[in-house]
Amino acid sequence: MTSIADTRITAAPRRRLQAAASWTLTIAFALAMLALLPLGFVLWATVETGWATAFQLIFRARVGDLMVNTILLVAFTVPICTVLAVSLAWLTERTDLPGARLWSWLSVAPLAVPAFVHSYAWIGMWPSLNGLFAGVVISVVAYFPFLYLPVSAAFRLLDPALEDQAASLGLAPPAVFRRVVLPQLRLALCGGALLIGLHLLSEYGLYAMIRFDTFTTAIIDQFQSTYNGVAAHMLALVLVACCFVLLGLEAGLRGRSRYARLGSGAARRPKITRLGKWTYPCLLLPIATAGFSLGIPTLTIGRWLVAGGAGVWRVDEVGLSLFQTLLICLVGGIATTAAAVPIAWLSVRRPTRGSRFLEGCYYLASSMPGVVVALALVTVTVRVMLPLYQTVATIVLAYMVMFLPRALVSLRASIAQVPVELEQAAASLGRSPGNALWSTTVRLAAPGAAAGVALASLGIMNELTATQMLAPNGTRTLAMAFFALTGEIDYAGAAPYALLMILFSMPLTWLLHYQSKKIAGR
Amino acid sequence: MTLLQLTSLSKRYGAVAALDGVNLSVAAGSRTAIVGPSGCGKTTLLRLVAGFDEPDGGTIAFDGETLADASGQVPAHKRGIGIVAQDGCLFPHLTIAQNIGFGMEAERSVKEAKAAELMDMVGLDRAMLSRKPDQLSGGQQQRVALARALARSPRLMLLDEPFSALDTGLRTATRKAVTEVLTAAGITTLLVTHDQAEALAFADQVAVMRAGRFAQVGSPREVYSRPVDPITAAFLGEAIVLPATIAGGRAESPLGLLPVDDASRQGRAEIMLRPEQISVFQTGEGTSGTITEINFCGPTTDVRIALGGEGAFSFRLDMPSRETFLPGDRVRIGVTGTAHVFR
Repeated sequence: MTSIADTRITAAPRRRLQAAASWTLTIAFALAMLALLPLGFVLWATVETGWATAFQLIFRARVGDLMVNTILLVAFTVPICTVLAVSLAWLTERTDLPGARLWSWLSVAPLAVPAFVHSYAWIGMWPSLNGLFAGVVISVVAYFPFLYLPVSAAFRLLDPALEDQAASLGLAPPAVFRRVVLPQLRLALCGGALLIGLHLLSEYGLYAMIRFDTFTTAIIDQFQSTYNGVAAHMLALVLVACCFVLLGLEAGLRGRSRYARLGSGAARRPKITRLGKWTYPCLLLPIATAGFSLGIPTLTIGRWLVAGGAGVWRVDEVGLSLFQTLLICLVGGIATTAAAVPIAWLSVRRPTRGSRFLEGCYYLASSMPGVVVALALVTVTVRVMLPLYQTVATIVLAYMVMFLPRALVSLRASIAQVPVELEQAAASLGRSPGNALWSTTVRLAAPGAAAGVALASLGIMNELTATQMLAPNGTRTLAMAFFALTGEIDYAGAAPYALLMILFSMPLTWLLHYQSKKIAGR
Repeated sequence: MTLLQLTSLSKRYGAVAALDGVNLSVAAGSRTAIVGPSGCGKTTLLRLVAGFDEPDGGTIAFDGETLADASGQVPAHKRGIGIVAQDGCLFPHLTIAQNIGFGMEAERSVKEAKAAELMDMVGLDRAMLSRKPDQLSGGQQQRVALARALARSPRLMLLDEPFSALDTGLRTATRKAVTEVLTAAGITTLLVTHDQAEALAFADQVAVMRAGRFAQVGSPREVYSRPVDPITAAFLGEAIVLPATIAGGRAESPLGLLPVDDASRQGRAEIMLRPEQISVFQTGEGTSGTITEINFCGPTTDVRIALGGEGAFSFRLDMPSRETFLPGDRVRIGVTGTAHVFR
């Protein structure tokens, strides 16, 4: 006999669980809408401008010039980065190159140097450097690690049995590489190339310093001269369109193929190619890369620090700037990670079409350039919520939009590692659902959350564009101070800021490298 | 005619000798199985023949040509030796048709026609050609892997435990199908497995491997009924090993006076009987014994029979369950055929 009391006991928690999931979904949805604000703004601005004016502002020679610059920059930089990253990844992962581990580190380390510091270092060496050539060269050394990281991780994950199999089917080693290895690197290549492309579109400092005009630099010039005109809005529209072209290209190239490893069991260790007499010629590549991507910044900063002596270390200014930067990184990082918690939990525990769609929204929002995000938030706060203009809340929102996927990736991976059975066990031991979640999943996912905070913070520390446009009056982060000083041609004064940014980025870069190794299980 | 000849082949991984001087000759058109427990070096052997690894010593000769010796080796892609791996090892980024056509050098239309033909040959539906490998079951993947290797018409086919990942029923069916296809194509085959029944059922020649060496090489009947030592005997199936004293072609053993297969042997020795040589009766002739233990396993019953009194020789036997015995029952034991004397 089933008593009424029995059914009530089993029915009550079920209702509460569903309520929890729908609340999470609501929060995740609200945050996604907030993240899509910049995109909505661009569309709204276009409609408000009116077709005639918009047409006039978009189809003019200036926009054409910028478009040519942008296309050339992407068309040269991305393929060069791809060839460089695949060569380095192959050398460090698949050959007996002496010091492969060291070269692997040195191929990731350039990420610790902000892009505009690379630029500063190169013009410190060759002051006359400018234009497309400089843009391509500096972009390659600043951004190739975005391809090196996923490609080297993919190399480690490849099943060497497939390469053996291809050889037994009569393929010589170069053909095996082309027909079996490269197709399996495709996902890593597409993802990395897209990331680099989006950075090329959204970077400001790097190109401003070498006087190479892109849409982003042009928007900021407009913003600084006319504050917030329709011309800037229309440039933002074209820039967003460029982003969509890249996203579409990547989606098309990536295709829908699945590369799940068939069969079971651990993969055999990959075979190491012996370089033999090619060892020394091959060593030239990582040496030259490290020289250009790390040697030049080290040399320039070192030279200016020596030239500036103790005088450039104005402790009050540098100290205040460092304190402000760390504070904003911490607040921004934690807020970003907290904002990622609902969607991370949903995508692991309650994966539905809705949650996947929301996740896509966050990724789309974060691929919008910082300048567009900033422009949108400036306009919205000024027009709708003036008290929020240039406040910490607004800039933290901008960071959340831009860096949420970084926190999401870390969080999701660590939540997925916690078996849901632990939550259920805690519940069966009498914990309420919230309490069960807190005492199992949240505790065990904490390292992933910490990594998420760190990765978001790395982005915030080196962020210049949006910070410049949104930061509260009196804020002077390391990046802002550095850029202002180089603008005044005070290269010696800027050197301490560059050094601090690199030093604080170093551990976070190490974390990135470590994570990519861990994903491969080595 | 010998197609493949391995001479004192050896391979070390650090301090461990994976292969320790292996000799083997494989006749053209034959089927050879290498059987041994995991870690005995059988997969290493296969990888050396395929050309995926280099031997540290010895030679591999294939159809009169030296594939590997101290001076160097022919790379895998120039050997013309096919291999089907344990999990099929299909390329996940290619369709079934592309997988089968992978090693062929021909026009697209020729490749497609050949792929379709091979699908028929391995007993798969041509409609699967456009699918991706992860849309196929394990057994189907294995058949595609076989078709892919067959497409290059290799003279030697290596099978690396290709059936072990499959369910029991599917394993036998797939093995039969593969054997038929390879026999029909007249391709020499080298199978590596840890399953002794599979090795015995598949091959013309069985090589029993242990710790990097061949313990015994011979026909399936020979290695099964005349194993070199008790460990080999036990590895290939249930064995009843008895102490005996031999004189004049007969062995005095706990199971009575038994004819042996080696008339020249005299004195104390160990002899072996296979369980199928033993019959158990309620009454009648033969050595008497006592049932001490019974485990009912469905069609068969696992019984332990002690000969004589307490602490005497005892052995276990799977008997058809139609006989109902109880612990303590007295039985008579009859032996047919000869007992095998270990060297």
